[in-house]
Amino acid sequence: MTERKYIAGEFFMSGDDACAEGAISAGCRFFAGYPITPASEIAERMSERLPEVAGTYIQMEDELASLAAVLGASWGGVKAMTATSGPGFSLMMENIGLGIMTETPCVIVDVQRGSPSTGLPTLTGQGDMMQARWGSHGSYSIIALSPDSPQELYDLTIRAFNLSEKYRLPVLVMTEAATGHMYEKVVIPPMNEIEVVHRRKPAVSAGEYLPFKPDADLVPPMANAGEGYRVHITGLTHDERGYPAMTAEAQDRLVRRLVDKIERNRDDIIDLEEDRIDGAEVVVCSYGISARVSRIAVEQARSEGIRVGMLRLITVWPFPEDRIRDISEQVRAFVVPEINYGQISLEVERCACGRTKTVLVPHMGGGVHSPGTILEAIKQVAR
Amino acid sequence: MNKATTNGAGHPLDPYLRAERMPHIWCSGCGLGLVVNCFLRGLIQSRLALDKVVVVSGIGCAGRAAGYINLDSFHTTHGRAIPFATGLKLSNPELKVVVISGDGDLTAIGGNHLIHAARRNVDITVLCINNFIYGMTGGQVGPTTPLTARTTTSVGGNIDQPFNIPYLAAASGAAYVARWTTAQVIRLQKSITEALLKNGFSLIEIITPCPTYYGRMNKQRTGLEQMKYYRDNSIVKSGIDPKHAGIEFNGPIIVGRFVD
Repeated sequence: MTERKYIAGEFFMSGDDACAEGAISAGCRFFAGYPITPASEIAERMSERLPEVAGTYIQMEDELASLAAVLGASWGGVKAMTATSGPGFSLMMENIGLGIMTETPCVIVDVQRGSPSTGLPTLTGQGDMMQARWGSHGSYSIIALSPDSPQELYDLTIRAFNLSEKYRLPVLVMTEAATGHMYEKVVIPPMNEIEVVHRRKPAVSAGEYLPFKPDADLVPPMANAGEGYRVHITGLTHDERGYPAMTAEAQDRLVRRLVDKIERNRDDIIDLEEDRIDGAEVVVCSYGISARVSRIAVEQARSEGIRVGMLRLITVWPFPEDRIRDISEQVRAFVVPEINYGQISLEVERCACGRTKTVLVPHMGGGVHSPGTILEAIKQVAR
Repeated sequence: MNKATTNGAGHPLDPYLRAERMPHIWCSGCGLGLVVNCFLRGLIQSRLALDKVVVVSGIGCAGRAAGYINLDSFHTTHGRAIPFATGLKLSNPELKVVVISGDGDLTAIGGNHLIHAARRNVDITVLCINNFIYGMTGGQVGPTTPLTARTTTSVGGNIDQPFNIPYLAAASGAAYVARWTTAQVIRLQKSITEALLKNGFSLIEIITPCPTYYGRMNKQRTGLEQMKYYRDNSIVKSGIDPKHAGIEFNGPIIVGRFVD
């Protein structure tokens, strides 16, 4: 496909706009969405940009329809995404399950706001982190990325598409109002410098192809609709042909693989940013906008002589269990600031498993932590 | 390939079915087999390239239709077949996308998607199979259950006004709207061919027996009795305003092509 209008260079751009540009760079050519603050700017930019690159934008009647259309478009052979915020994310949960079960690549961006319910539509929050992990029904594994800047919203949206195509599942970009609406410098590289991954296609003829027979990495090659493979795709538990198989054995085989294809590839998926963790007595573990605030508190604590390290979760799901476990052997405490009343802190606590303390620094939403609050928590556990 | 016949001669539609999935799960007397038969014959008549035809369905008895047809086929979430189909069609306009699903799936949980797809006039064909009841979940009242009809959740008789599906689709902007029963197989096949070849949103409501629940609870105990009722009470009135094509309990069924 020839790019009619690919932009590269340095821009002063909002996080939401950077996210849309990341999608375009990754090869996204279909967006279906429903307006919601603070994610609407992604839809607005996609509505303008997609026609310029021969893509399709459609504003659906609700978020249920939006994700359904995205899944349909992905099976039509096109990279597809949607963007929403908490209430819309809740409505997408059932079709996230369909995307997991049918192994459909796509990207869902959640620009989080204060919640529950309608909450604080225009103000920031990080309250959907557990919904991202467990919101759909049943057992599954998911990939969720958490950018901390407009630049990273650009970069991680590309990565989200690449991971979704590689592992064949919906990949979540969990950002927040503060990052989505933040304006900063964003560098968009020339197209030929961007690594773009495409779904693996069947290497066998239509007669021999089994749509859910995995390769060694547990991911099956994917035939799109209209390519003559005559696939049957269902959200029911199915066998390698894609046919319904209503047995405990078929369930075990399928669900175990859907989980394992993520869990066994954790090393490829998990991305962390670490700063002076060796020798630290306290480690601040944070993600997204909270990590930016945490850095200020960490610098202040260091200037006061406290040995404090910083762990930023760029990949939040799958959770970096091994690394947290290792760190828990050496530190006095984890400090976990997040804009909710404790979600990721529960995971840190689980992985620390009583070996060290986990201190949640909650913010109920509507703003970000003051660095002083985080500094105070660091000081309390440092002695 | 063929397991469906006893004389070994094979059925002419076998190549279009996933014969290895037979027998199907539908009850004896159910009209869904007839609908699949008519769809395949209508599809053959349309001469569309089969590799570019995709069937999408939602959940319920009718939702299982996708699984038996030997085309690219998608069995999606409850009520969301139409938006899934919309995404599929828009992402690859070469495809002919057909939604086959039930009245509960398409007009209750999926009602919003139905009217918006018709409003957008997106180029898909919807076969709405209406048996007046929720079959797979055990015969509960639905948005098309006629007034006073009995169901497992309206044992004293349904008190809610049912949808007139052709009127709803036409009012929402559909380019082609028809209603037939499974007693008019030739007309139904022809109508399916017309709908498939129509550019824009086309919808055919197909009144279909459910002896197991609807029939049993409403004194039409077998599929045959229901078919006889359709045969004796269907009135063809093509071209009329579908607002005059409401369905009353055990009353006449107005069928025909209402919008083209």
